[in-house]
Amino acid sequence: MEHGATAEDIKKHVRTYVAIFVALACLTVVTVGVSYLHLTMPIAVTIALLIATIKASLVAAYFMHLISETKLIYYILVVTFLCFVGMIVIIFFTDQGMMHVP
Amino acid sequence: MSTAVIHYIDQPHPVTGVTNSKLGVWLFIASEVMLFGALFSSYIVLRIGDPAWPHGWTILNVPLATLNTMILITSSVTMVMSWASLMMNRFDRFRLYMILTILLGLGFMVVKGFEYAHKFEHGHFPRTDNFYGIYFTLTGLHGLHVLGGILVNFYFLVTGKSLWTKSPKMFAGRIEAAGLYWHFVDLVWIFLFPSIYLL
Repeated sequence: MEHGATAEDIKKHVRTYVAIFVALACLTVVTVGVSYLHLTMPIAVTIALLIATIKASLVAAYFMHLISETKLIYYILVVTFLCFVGMIVIIFFTDQGMMHVP
Repeated sequence: MSTAVIHYIDQPHPVTGVTNSKLGVWLFIASEVMLFGALFSSYIVLRIGDPAWPHGWTILNVPLATLNTMILITSSVTMVMSWASLMMNRFDRFRLYMILTILLGLGFMVVKGFEYAHKFEHGHFPRTDNFYGIYFTLTGLHGLHVLGGILVNFYFLVTGKSLWTKSPKMFAGRIEAAGLYWHFVDLVWIFLFPSIYLL
């Protein structure tokens, strides 16, 4: 991302960083606010993870510059993501997971 | 004895298209995803296996954790601003933003220290039950990562001037790499906070 970026480009990025910060702060307030509603577990989990995923995507895309990264980094992250998802999904095929999840 | 030199740390490798340092940090982050992922999956197994698992907000201090979330988000902005300052040839601004990032990181650790001290005072330890076992393991490991990031940032703050004078491009690349790690630590907290405290 840094290679070929001019000082003018970076100045534009700075404005984006500030906007992302405001978005992250607002989403934090929303996620905490929703938690005080004491919703049922499936709805609470869905909303909390949805907001967390949006926040994480903003951090990864803009602060970590993934929005303009090379293909190799994307490939590494796709493999990592698949392994991560596999590790989470495999739980539901265990006796423990089968017992309490319909 | 020959001196080992790592090539392509100030310009992209012709094959990969990125600097070796950036590629290295991304691979490190990939391994970190699996480390935290394993602990998250352990948390899910324990939680769905225990119908009496308590809601985090009934036991933990949500306002204090919200404050820490805000601190970490702010530190991510100051970290990326320190890199952006270098890209704009403003070393003075880099120092300012890096000092702020370090102070915010220390602020996070102090708040976490208060939180832990309160738990210990009331006799809550990792051995107390599965909830506290998971709480201390996940937040403790994350705290160690914050501490590691502070040390790296402090190193670059102290040695920054000479590294910047020697090779501005290489130093900016190093700060970008350190930033990637710092943002990842923020990213982990973004998932930890609702999972442990709010659900």
